[in-house]
Amino acid sequence: MQISMTVNGADVTSEIEPRVLLVHYIREVLGLTGTHWGCDTSNCGTCVVLMDGQPVKSCTVLAAMAAGHDIRTVEGLASGGTLDPVQQGFMEEHGLQCGFCTPGMMLTARALLDKNPHPDDAETRQAISGQICRCTGYATIVRSVQWAAAHPAGTGLDDTAAADTDTDTAVPDVTAETEDTEVKA
Amino acid sequence: MTVIHDRQSNPAAGDEDRPIGYGRIQRKEDPRFVRGKGHYLDDIVLPGMLHGAILRAPVAHARLVSIDTTNALAHPKVVAVITGKDLLGLKLAWAPTLSADVQAVLVTDKVRFQGQEVAFVVAEDRYAARDALELIDVEYDVLPPLVDARKALDVDAPVIRDEIEGRTDNRIFDWEMGDKAETDAVFAAADVVVSQEVVYPRVHPAPMETCGAVADFDAVNGKLTLYETTQAPHAHRTLFAIVAGIPEHKIRIVSPDIGGGFGNKVGIYPGYILAVVGSIVSGRPVKWVEDRSENLMSTSFARDYIMQGEIAATRDGKILALRTHVLADHGAFNATAQPTKNPAGFFSIFTGSYDLAAAHCSVTGVYTNKAPGGVAYACSFRVTEAVYLVERMVDILARKLDMDPAELRLKNFIKPEQFPYANKTGWVYDSGNYEAAMRLSMQLAGYEDLRREQAEKRERGELMGIGVSFFTEVVGAGPRKHFDIVGLGMADGAELRVHPTGKAVVRISVQSQGQGHETTFAQIVAEELGIPPEDIEVVHGDTDQTPFGLGTYGSRSTPVSGGAVALVARKVREKAKLIAGAMLETRPEDLEWEKGRWFVKGDPSVGKTMAEIAMGAHGTIALPEGVDGNLDAEVTYDPPNLTFPFGAYICVVDIDPGTGQVKVRRFIAVDDCGTRINPMIIEGQVHGGLTDGVGMALMEIIEFDEDGNCLAGSFMDYLIPTAMEVPDWETGFTVTPSPHHPIGAKGIGESATVGSPPAIVNAVVDALAPFGVTHMDMPCTPARVWAAMQGRARPPI
Repeated sequence: MQISMTVNGADVTSEIEPRVLLVHYIREVLGLTGTHWGCDTSNCGTCVVLMDGQPVKSCTVLAAMAAGHDIRTVEGLASGGTLDPVQQGFMEEHGLQCGFCTPGMMLTARALLDKNPHPDDAETRQAISGQICRCTGYATIVRSVQWAAAHPAGTGLDDTAAADTDTDTAVPDVTAETEDTEVKA
Repeated sequence: MTVIHDRQSNPAAGDEDRPIGYGRIQRKEDPRFVRGKGHYLDDIVLPGMLHGAILRAPVAHARLVSIDTTNALAHPKVVAVITGKDLLGLKLAWAPTLSADVQAVLVTDKVRFQGQEVAFVVAEDRYAARDALELIDVEYDVLPPLVDARKALDVDAPVIRDEIEGRTDNRIFDWEMGDKAETDAVFAAADVVVSQEVVYPRVHPAPMETCGAVADFDAVNGKLTLYETTQAPHAHRTLFAIVAGIPEHKIRIVSPDIGGGFGNKVGIYPGYILAVVGSIVSGRPVKWVEDRSENLMSTSFARDYIMQGEIAATRDGKILALRTHVLADHGAFNATAQPTKNPAGFFSIFTGSYDLAAAHCSVTGVYTNKAPGGVAYACSFRVTEAVYLVERMVDILARKLDMDPAELRLKNFIKPEQFPYANKTGWVYDSGNYEAAMRLSMQLAGYEDLRREQAEKRERGELMGIGVSFFTEVVGAGPRKHFDIVGLGMADGAELRVHPTGKAVVRISVQSQGQGHETTFAQIVAEELGIPPEDIEVVHGDTDQTPFGLGTYGSRSTPVSGGAVALVARKVREKAKLIAGAMLETRPEDLEWEKGRWFVKGDPSVGKTMAEIAMGAHGTIALPEGVDGNLDAEVTYDPPNLTFPFGAYICVVDIDPGTGQVKVRRFIAVDDCGTRINPMIIEGQVHGGLTDGVGMALMEIIEFDEDGNCLAGSFMDYLIPTAMEVPDWETGFTVTPSPHHPIGAKGIGESATVGSPPAIVNAVVDALAPFGVTHMDMPCTPARVWAAMQGRARPPI
């Protein structure tokens, strides 16, 4: 069957079998291998992508079901040559080790921050609870999301220069978070 | 945070203020991973690549009657179907394991565990390969399975390995360490003796990325390129040369970015061999990637030790001796990964952190109808089990003596001045200041306040527990004369080349699976040569590109490969000195080193930087006698001893008395791994290991039913902590360098996984004291805690 969707802002059209999972479509047909596959029971969340801004486990969505929708993968997280603050936060706060869960974690974090710009630790943990990380013990992931919350979009690194830039470790502004409590979703 | 820097006599000691090679720097690996530009096994696509899938046994023990592959072969997208009979012809039906046993690649005679490999399909795409599995007809004659290791040596137990000539039982080995007579004598005279069966149940490392391989056999030049999820690429190359009969120089193993290993990716699995066979048979590259169920059911499990522990002491709390017998369930094939002379790994470190008069342990390994494995999941070769046993026994003794468990430990620690300390089972601990770490941990926890809070809560019927554990690790195998894996000495090579413009590349034999080697090994070179870490490329994971070595597991990278890298950098520094002498027209002995530069003694303004020396080494200057051009060196490092990092952990749990649910409220971890290379990365290693501890203590277990069905074959049943089950970790550290290590560094990667389960279980048992509970086996799930409160806890199988 023929399907069309938007992936990271670009329109794509493909001929696929109806049974093909979105995770395999993204990885093998589109060649976007940042999205990973870590289990077969929809528990691990390494395959999380954003569908119309909502995190979904792409192993549990047929590619055909994504037709007509807007998909965003880790490869589309940086925009206009600038890293998403979430990406920078994960580097600043050591929120990744082997890197396998990282793309899914970051996309969920992005969706969380879009809805709730200043989540507290408990809200952050709740948001990523559909995703397993075997390396970090989660605390630094929570700190990474807090870092991103303290650095709004557009203030991130130039993507092309990020690898070589040594930025100072920034600490989230706790006071600002407290003041913003009432605007939480 | 209070920090104790116990620098002892080693001036090389690093700390937060003066770390090795720039200390807390961001990782060089991160930029690609946060962009989705990592390069993992399943990301590899080669021209013409086919996909393999494995048909697995539905039962635990059965004669193979027949396999009919006709329908599968008729599938339009299927290229080949390989069975055990095909492999017999190639002499590949059985492969040697890391424990001098053999393991079936595909079943030829009978199935020995559920999930065992029965046939291999090679097809045009991933989905078609799976379709074809459904088209294979297999007839089995089901046999009674052996599930309970306690019954493995019964006379009427089914003999699992009846293919071995003359074998009539399921005993794999008997092994012992320590002086039995001396230990028995101390026990006989002791005031107090406490016994307890302590089970460390079967768990699984479950890395987020499963195991896989892409095999590409080039029939024209006879070269096999094998991309694999392996923690030990060089050892795999040698083993493939031996197993497959391909000359070693015609094998290239590439270990790409690995999505976590945790010991799961040390051994050679049938799938890797089948991918190679598939590529040879089809003439095309073949990819095999297992799914999660296959990973949990068939790849290396961890633990599964049934330990009968005994501890002897005086009435006032002087611990005198420990003894234990272990029944070790190794599954159907002994594929345990450990040094050849250590069939129970380093379990004999079970004397722990205490100065004992005597100790003895014996271990009996048995076959059962389960997947092979044993050593995995950050165990440091059975140190998890050893530490768990001693730390449970000490806690049980504390209860018996009505002493505070922290006080009992403090009373019995090996003292700083006793190092190097020879324990009663043959280990020589390198260094330690246990009391300092324990006091720091208690201070960070507010230990006295916690005990007061607990007393108040008990008055109100609330269940709060405080668990203490203190561990001594043994990592960095190891000296060649004592340690080898299938005959390969456990040394590691390093090659360092400084380019003409002063940038460097260091090639190492170990293989990161997320531990940050690309960053920290550059930091070691940076410290030694004064070249900034960003100017140093770390190359690993490709056997055509790197020196020989044994790989990353057992927290051995820093102790062994880290030592190699420091030494190779010093060798380059010495060569640079000779070249600088020639450039400055002065005798080398008149030169002095400051980070990154050789200069003339007494005249610091006259000198040459590493970049200038590197250009000189590649240029046209007249080199000194005996110095060849270029600025490079290589070493193989054979460590004189292992390293013995240690830690003091305190865990606080709250238990819901109505449901038995355990909540880890706080966890305080003080670790001492000697000189710290990158404090940020160390903290991350500790956090990850503590989470393993919560998983094992409270959630994770691979159980089997009486028919041998694996009851934890997916993440629906094999529960791993999410962000909701773990607290924000509290960490601290002391620094007691390893005196024998080139930079004073010890391994750290597995410490937290080793040290945390006893702290958590000790806390749970402490919380359940009002119910008279003195021990319970992991995992302390709500159901099991609830049962323990009713006095009906049972050990797991």
